[in-house]
Amino acid sequence: MKLYDVVIVGGGPGGLSAAYSAYRNGAKKILVIERDRELGGILQQCIHNGFGLHHFKEELTGPGYAGRCIDLIKDKTEIETLTDTMVLSVSKDKQVTAVNPDKGLFTVQGKTVILTMGCRERTRGAIRTAGERPAGVFTAGAAQRMVNMEGYLPGKKIVILGSGDIGLIMARRMSLEGCKVQAVCEICPYSNGLTRNMVQCLYDFDIPLYLSHTILKIKGRDRVEGVTIAKVDEKMRPIPGTEFDIECDTLLLSVGLIPENELSMAAGVEIAPFTNGPKVNQRRQTNLPGVYAAGNVVHVHDLVDFVSDEAEIAGKFAALEAQGKLAPTVDTVAVMPVNGIRTCVPQVLHLPEGGEPVRLFMRAGAPDLKVTLEVKCGDEVLVKKKLPVVKPSEMITLDIPAAKTALMHDAVTVGLQPKQV
Amino acid sequence: MKFFKETDVVVIGGGIVGTAILRELSKYELKCLLVEKEPDVAVGTTKANSAVLHAGFDAPTGSWKQKTNVRGNVLYHQLQDELDLDIKWTGSLVVATNEEETQKLEALLERGRANGVPGLEILSREEVLAKEPNLTTAKAALWAPTAGVVWPFGCAVAFAQCAVQNGAEVIRDCAVTGFVKEDGAVTIVNTTKGAIRTKYVINAAGVYAEEIARLAGDESFTISPRKGEYILFDKTAAPSLVWGIVFPCPTEISKGILICTTTHGNTFIGPNAQEQDNKDDTSVTPAGMDEIIAGARKLIPNLPLGASITEFAGLRAVSDTGDFVLGVSKVAGFFNAAGIQSPGVAAAPAIAEVVVEAIAQEMYLRKKSNWNGRLPKKAVFNRMTASEKQKAIAKNRLYGRVICRCETVTEGEIVDAIHEPVGARTVDGVKRRTRAGMGRCQGGFCGPRVTQIIARELEIPVEAVLKERQGSELYFKKFQE
Repeated sequence: MKLYDVVIVGGGPGGLSAAYSAYRNGAKKILVIERDRELGGILQQCIHNGFGLHHFKEELTGPGYAGRCIDLIKDKTEIETLTDTMVLSVSKDKQVTAVNPDKGLFTVQGKTVILTMGCRERTRGAIRTAGERPAGVFTAGAAQRMVNMEGYLPGKKIVILGSGDIGLIMARRMSLEGCKVQAVCEICPYSNGLTRNMVQCLYDFDIPLYLSHTILKIKGRDRVEGVTIAKVDEKMRPIPGTEFDIECDTLLLSVGLIPENELSMAAGVEIAPFTNGPKVNQRRQTNLPGVYAAGNVVHVHDLVDFVSDEAEIAGKFAALEAQGKLAPTVDTVAVMPVNGIRTCVPQVLHLPEGGEPVRLFMRAGAPDLKVTLEVKCGDEVLVKKKLPVVKPSEMITLDIPAAKTALMHDAVTVGLQPKQV
Repeated sequence: MKFFKETDVVVIGGGIVGTAILRELSKYELKCLLVEKEPDVAVGTTKANSAVLHAGFDAPTGSWKQKTNVRGNVLYHQLQDELDLDIKWTGSLVVATNEEETQKLEALLERGRANGVPGLEILSREEVLAKEPNLTTAKAALWAPTAGVVWPFGCAVAFAQCAVQNGAEVIRDCAVTGFVKEDGAVTIVNTTKGAIRTKYVINAAGVYAEEIARLAGDESFTISPRKGEYILFDKTAAPSLVWGIVFPCPTEISKGILICTTTHGNTFIGPNAQEQDNKDDTSVTPAGMDEIIAGARKLIPNLPLGASITEFAGLRAVSDTGDFVLGVSKVAGFFNAAGIQSPGVAAAPAIAEVVVEAIAQEMYLRKKSNWNGRLPKKAVFNRMTASEKQKAIAKNRLYGRVICRCETVTEGEIVDAIHEPVGARTVDGVKRRTRAGMGRCQGGFCGPRVTQIIARELEIPVEAVLKERQGSELYFKKFQE
């Protein structure tokens, strides 16, 4: 069985960034396994721009960003990549079994393993929409792949359910392809996408956005013929009498993303509630020794740049562990989101003597303006940050210097300071 | 006159009943063929039902339902081996949640014994909880060890393949438009593909069996569609649901809302029972979802609703006779296998015996000496051992490319499903044969890939590939520049 310092499951931006970071931190044998025919993951179908502003300090398209990540690793003899290869299992003792048409079924041993499988889209079944099961109901990402990579249209008259970023991006994409986007429908009273996507993908194309609306029924038996839409109340229940029909041949669903953790769970990785991804510490270690996780498999990110940042953390510590250079930890500190912060990664800190720099990635529970984020240990405020605006759709990051982490014990809370009324 | 086909027996309808009959006919020295109006077999009631191989205690003693159910259940044991069918023999529970229902169990037990169902017993609350720990509301239950669950589409396809292997023919996209009679006997079946000359016709047209019977001049029964809606859960939800088949106490019209495992480890709740007029309406409704959720909560109060992966509905073909309509009709040459609602899946192989026996009363049937009832074992990557996987990939590298990530279905299996007898031509057809698209992402990942594989293998454009019926094309060409 081949032995690697680091085996990385998933060759999207997370996996590629983790590989480069592991290389830079001294790992000598790194393997990246990707199921698609090319490296880059979902970025390859995201042909729009807006990627890379934080991580590469320039605006790139999805394939452009993927290309940058690939360029960083392609000539490194320390990094091996396999495409068209599906990982079937990861074991507790870091054996990774995979299959592809050329090598058949094979197992490799990692000194460490990094899980970077990304996420998948929620389906129609998860939202229980009434109607038949006609052709023409697609998740937005599946449609995006068909349009951008394979060269086919999913339909010509489109309604989009959900104003997440993929839904907004596809509204623009389908318009540019000559299709008519009839409406974007969002059950929340606010959009779940980035502000720039609202402006550039809907307003600039005069596409109507129905906030606090949902789809009650999909019409059509063999092919979608239309949808019935209704307004919802504050508890997201349809309001009788507000129903109306919109004609369309296609319904695209952008109703959320789910971290793809089948392999993690089968391996025995503990999954955190709310984020639905592995519970990790600041080094991106899971509960299984030597098994790391980063990117959308841990929690769904808004920007690929943050996926890369987080994967670099995992890559670094996995490389150090493989070389036996990991600083031992002496303290365990739970990180608990409170007051308006819905999720926070990492969920736990395992700190060495003297502390360690930590970056927190958070999501707010509801939109708000002019708030102060604070990290507290007991009643003591350790770090504070003023935020002009928070939205559930946009991730909040906070850097905590090592010296501050050295002051932590048992548990810290991260939350928004209650506002003065 | 030039005929599209000339044969001895035409079976109308490619559901589990029609295909079982075709397989039974293929045992004899005669020409037989099956016509199905849709692009694939198993797309009507067969594709949306509870898939339970009932033990047989429900139906009134002496009814066709009872006789064919009990016999069918036994036949499936042999068929499972011969046709490589997916069946899980789990046993079933009818759960009583109060004193009144507990008394009903006694009546069911009595009827079951009269029906010839082996092994029935009444279990205490503790015994029920030992089998199904989540049934916290149970007071007692009737245990039927012979019940199981089956992969119903796989069955229909296997029946059809077995028949074809023995000389029968399956013609899809072929709707019956009328009959021609000579001396009162049906002799020609007119279809959308042309006229078929035949000696006998067997009506296994599901919810449309009434319309087919009318075309032939048989007005002895009606068929009303009764919708049943379902919610299917991800495999990860099984530990919070059930491991076997769990019924509530039955009512007059229905066996009630089940909580039930599937052959591949998913779990479903449903069906409700909604009378309707439209024989094509298989839409799910908010009211129906609420009804089955409420029904299932009587047995398991905490349902893992967040783990649902799809909802669907099927139509039961309910006859006004209260029983299956089987065998000879008043129209010479015309036989019925109609009104097949529950326990139709379990009964199908026995229904086939009854109907072919009825034909044997009119026509001398001689068994083929070379009839082959065995199908070759399918290559199913997910259930191969490591060394079998290695061997399979060495022989055909496409077994090394996983297309459906949720169910680990390889390109090799999908190509097999397209090219096997009565092969898949549609995306849903591939799904029913291989499980590609049946998992938790419901084809979000593999759907476009399966579409492209079908197009490549059948040498048709991607935009001509159907999801299911005619008119269900999935993709379009881009607008021209």
